[in-house]
Formats: sequence, structure tokens, C-alpha cells
Amino acid sequence: MTETFTIRNYLRDIKLPFCPGCGCLTVISRFLRAVHELGHKDLSKFVFCSGIGCAAWIPSPHFKADSIHTAHGRSIPVATGIKLMRPDLNVVVFGGDGDLAGIGLSHLVHAARRNLDIAVFMVNNMIYGMTGGQVAPTTPLGTKTTTTPYGSFEHPLDVPSLLVTAGASYAARWTTAHGEQLKEAMKKALATRGFAFVEAVSPCPTAFGRRAGFKDVAEIIRWFRESSVPLEEAEKMTAEDLTKKIVVGEFVYRKISTFTEALYRTIREAEKSAETK
Amino acid sequence: MTGKTSATHFWQGNEACAEATIAAGCRFFAGYPITPASEIFEHLARRLPQAGGITIQMEDEIASIGAVIGASWAGAKAMTATSGPGFSLMQELIGYAFMTETPCVVVDVQRAGPSTGQATKAGQGDVMQARWGTHGDYTSIALSPNSVQEMFDLTIRAFNLAETYRTPVVLLADEVVAHMREQAVIPPSNQIKITNRKKPKPTDKAFFNGEDIAPMPSVGEGYNVPVTGSTHNEHGYRFTADRTVHEKLVKNLIRKIRDNAGKIVDYESLNVDDCDVGVVSFGCTSRAIHETIELAKKKGLTVGSVRLKTIWPFPEEAVRNMAKNVKVIVVPELNMREMFYEVERVVHGAVPVVPLNKIGGGEMITPEELLAEIARSVKKVD
Repeated sequence: MTETFTIRNYLRDIKLPFCPGCGCLTVISRFLRAVHELGHKDLSKFVFCSGIGCAAWIPSPHFKADSIHTAHGRSIPVATGIKLMRPDLNVVVFGGDGDLAGIGLSHLVHAARRNLDIAVFMVNNMIYGMTGGQVAPTTPLGTKTTTTPYGSFEHPLDVPSLLVTAGASYAARWTTAHGEQLKEAMKKALATRGFAFVEAVSPCPTAFGRRAGFKDVAEIIRWFRESSVPLEEAEKMTAEDLTKKIVVGEFVYRKISTFTEALYRTIREAEKSAETK
Repeated sequence: MTGKTSATHFWQGNEACAEATIAAGCRFFAGYPITPASEIFEHLARRLPQAGGITIQMEDEIASIGAVIGASWAGAKAMTATSGPGFSLMQELIGYAFMTETPCVVVDVQRAGPSTGQATKAGQGDVMQARWGTHGDYTSIALSPNSVQEMFDLTIRAFNLAETYRTPVVLLADEVVAHMREQAVIPPSNQIKITNRKKPKPTDKAFFNGEDIAPMPSVGEGYNVPVTGSTHNEHGYRFTADRTVHEKLVKNLIRKIRDNAGKIVDYESLNVDDCDVGVVSFGCTSRAIHETIELAKKKGLTVGSVRLKTIWPFPEEAVRNMAKNVKVIVVPELNMREMFYEVERVVHGAVPVVPLNKIGGGEMITPEELLAEIARSVKKVD
């Protein structure tokens, strides 16, 4: 019964702009595979929002769909306006770690708090890639970047944990070395009612790996595999031990009333109260 | 409230603006609390859901204008309202709205700035920000109400202009017109002119950057439209390095406003054909003009007035024509010279232009103060 997956059904016939070895290519193939497995023959029921950065170019304009490529960090506010007006559409945000967890962090947290019914996919390459490799809020401590030439002296942010606290319905983290798990997490995120978030830890050989001391992309992928720790195991480890690890798995999945449900209930009541007056 | 029959209300300016929003067909408002604009949001929070619309308080002004832009692409007429500090925060996405030709209305109820300044006190210091607030090349539309009635009328017009020209439109109000209460006569709803954006035909492929204003699809309609704040061609595809695409896009953004300036520009003139002195004013400051004219008559001075209802595009011809008949032009404003320079530019040395500025404490320029400046200026040129 299942139709063959043809990635070109979902992509415009234009050249993708990503560097060789870029994790965005894996994210595209995992996401579109997830969409296919959920039974969507095209992207007509989707709207994509993105900000600025390499990951923002995943949907815009490459997906055969409506895509709003906004300003840096502002994809989620724009997605909010779309979702509230068109609750029937699947509103999906793609962004990098700098876009979503740096300049746009406040919007990310508030969308999770509202439990806004959107899916957010954060491609975490641990660097500002498009601008040439500056330190990001997700860069591991000690990493050499163009703005931390002696090594980063800041702790990175654990975004899925933050969003669990903020009130997200679903939050997960995988790396691009976990292709199957990543695809399944994306499917679950797309099927979640409420705010769903998937972080895809992703290799950037050009702007991250080069200065961080990785010979090639294969070495980065090997590092992802070797340093990944399932959430259940991580819970038994010390904070010190975890600084060099990538914690993967499902951080939360829960049923909470969603923002559009609550909002539209309120509007219906207000309309009724106006009629009875 | 609008209905089948005309109605007279005793409204606050912000309330009139909120009611006009509903009458104009707006069904989405996103905002963040700020004095002296909050009453617009508060009134809409109660009234808009009754009309099936949405209001949402976002986490800041950046998110507010972001949500407005999203709602506009989802097909809604959408608005936000703020004051100077919030208007500053919105500037980047206002630029995005220019670049993506997204219709929306931004109300800026001006207060004394810069920075936090005096939050509850009137100012007119955002004139140039309404023109040049965001970076890059573009041209803007900003309307200036001077009464509660105009808070209603010009809010409707702001939506109509936004929809017609696919551009953000600023309603540049001030604390005085926003907070005062006076009579507003609201016509029956079928007599209020409402304009809606041009929608594409199913065969259309070009949604941006047209010689004429391109039709605007909404998301979810099947047009698969890529929208971007980067330089783009008529289909929405990014061209991040091509000179000609950038030049064509930006020139068209400017041209669609500039070529239609004659239709957009609006002002009210009094006595301009027969006067010694001209006054160019706008917003709350212009409320002193009628009494000033009367006071001046008693002193044997004839005063004419051009009162700007659109600040941008600037009513150049009206001011230039006035300069032909007068000895001197006085420009009163609650800032340290903004409109003054624009008047000077247009008059181009034909007659002296004299600034009259007052800032702080929410104090208005009184008719007596305006008259004194007029008398002083006439003396100087005679």
C-alpha cells in the first residue's frame, strides 16, 4: 500500500545551498521522510516559518510550500500570527541554535509556555555558521570559535530541558547520527497537539568543525555517536560528567490544553455574550 | 460602535481608534502594554472577540509586530499599537513588512522621548522615526490625527492605505489626541469606505515587486509562496547578490508610494490664499490654530494654516503654495525641530521658516505662544 518516498515531490527544482557535509541535508531528508510516512503526499497543509541562518534556508524557498523567511530570531512570533488565524494548518518552524536559542529565545520560551500548537525544529550546529563561525549559546565550553579564539568560556544552554520547564507538550533531542530516531521524533512532534520541539544536533564542518579541531565531517559524526548518552543514563551521571556529553531522547511528552483550543473557546464565548446582549 | 445608523459618541481617542479598527475589518491585534497606547489594546481585548477577532498580548513589541505580519499573511487585516519605546523595538520588522509588502497598521501614540522619557506626557518626537525608522531604502505612509473624530477616521484610512499599497502604515497619534474625550460622529457602517487587498487569480505567479502593486495570496491557499525579507524577485525567490534585482525591488517599493502621493496626501488648509503668515502644524499642536487665527485678527494679522493629516508622504505642494502667499511660515511642534526641516526643504528659501518648539511635561503650545511667535516673526521680516 505504501507509496515510494520521492523526496523531489516536496522540493522545488532548485539547487540546495548547503556546504558538503552540512547536517541540514540530513534534517531535510529526515523531515520529508517523516512527512511522507504521516501520509502527506505534498506540503499543502503546511506553512513553514524560519528566521536567519543556514537552517532557516531549509524550507525557504526549497520546500514546495508556503514559507515565510522572517528576520533573525522572529520566526516564532510570525508563526504565532499564522497559527492563530489558521489553526487548521500545520505551522512548522525551522531554525538554528543562534536564531531560536540566541536572539529569539524569549519567543521560543513563550511559545512553549502558551503551548502554541506548532512544531519547532532546531538544527543545533553549536555555532553561528552563516556569519562565519562565532560562538553560540550552544557552543560547548572550551571550543575555539572566531569570537572565542582562546576557547569558549560560557556554558551552553540545554534547550529541551528549558522548554520542559516552560510548558512544552513535546521536547526531544537527537543528533543527525541518529537518523531513525530523529525521523520518529519529528513524526511525533508533527502529530503532537500543542507545542512540540525537536533539537537535531548537526554537523557544521565548515564553520564549527574546522576550528574546533575536527578533521572532517566523519569525525564530527563519530563524536556525536560516542558522546551521546540516553536521557535515562544521563539522569544517573554528575553534571561534571555531562559537560562533554550530548544527552539524547524524549525529554517530555504530555497532554496539556493547547493555546488555539483555549483561545477559540474564549472567542466563541465572547461572540455568544455579544449576541445575547 | 458602528451600526446601520449614524451614531454620536463621547469617546476617548484610543477608544475611537479601537472601534475604527473593528469597523475597518481588522480581526487580529497583537500588542504589549505601554503608556499612553494601552487603552487601544484593552478596548479591543473586550470588543474584538465579540466580532470573532483575536487579540493577543505578546512577550514584547518585536513579537507583537511579528504576529501581526504572520496574521496578515494568513489573510487578516492586522494591527498593533504602541508608543515610542515600543515603536523603536518594532523597527526591524516594520522594515520586513516594507520589504515583503505586508499590509498592516502600526499605531504610535507619541510620548516625550528619547528612551523612557516621560511616559504619560505628550510629545511629537517620532516624526522622523515614522519616516526613516528602519534601515535601508523605502518610503512610508504616516497619518496624523488631531481629534477623537480623526482617531476614528484616520484609523480606517490607515487600513485602507495598507491594503491598497501593501505596506505598513503608521498612525502617528500623540498622548493628547489619544487620551482626550470628545464627540465623534460615526457614519452608518454601509457609508464607511473599506478597501481590501487585491487577491491573485489561480493562474498568477508573481506576488511581489510589481510595476503595479502585486496581488497578495494568503498562506494555505495553494500558491506555495516563498516570502522573504532578503532581496527577492517577483516570485519571492532570494537574490542575495544580484544588483539589478535589488534595484528593481527597492525602486518599486518607493515608486508605489511616491507615484501615488497625490492620492495619499491629505491636509486641511485655512485662509491660505489671503494671509501674511502661514502655520504648518499637525496632531495635537494643530488644535491651537483656530484660536490663534482669531487672536491674530484682533492684532491686525492674517494667519493661514496648512494642517497635515498625512505627514508622510509630506504634502509638499500645499506647503510650497502657501509659501507663495506669505511673508513667513511658523512651524510649531512638541519636539526639537523635525517637521521644521521638512518645511524648510520644501519652501527652499522662498520665505523664512521659523521653528516653535516646546518639549516636556506634556505642555501644549498655547494659541498665545503661537501668536507671540507669529508677531515676532512678522516683525523680523517686515
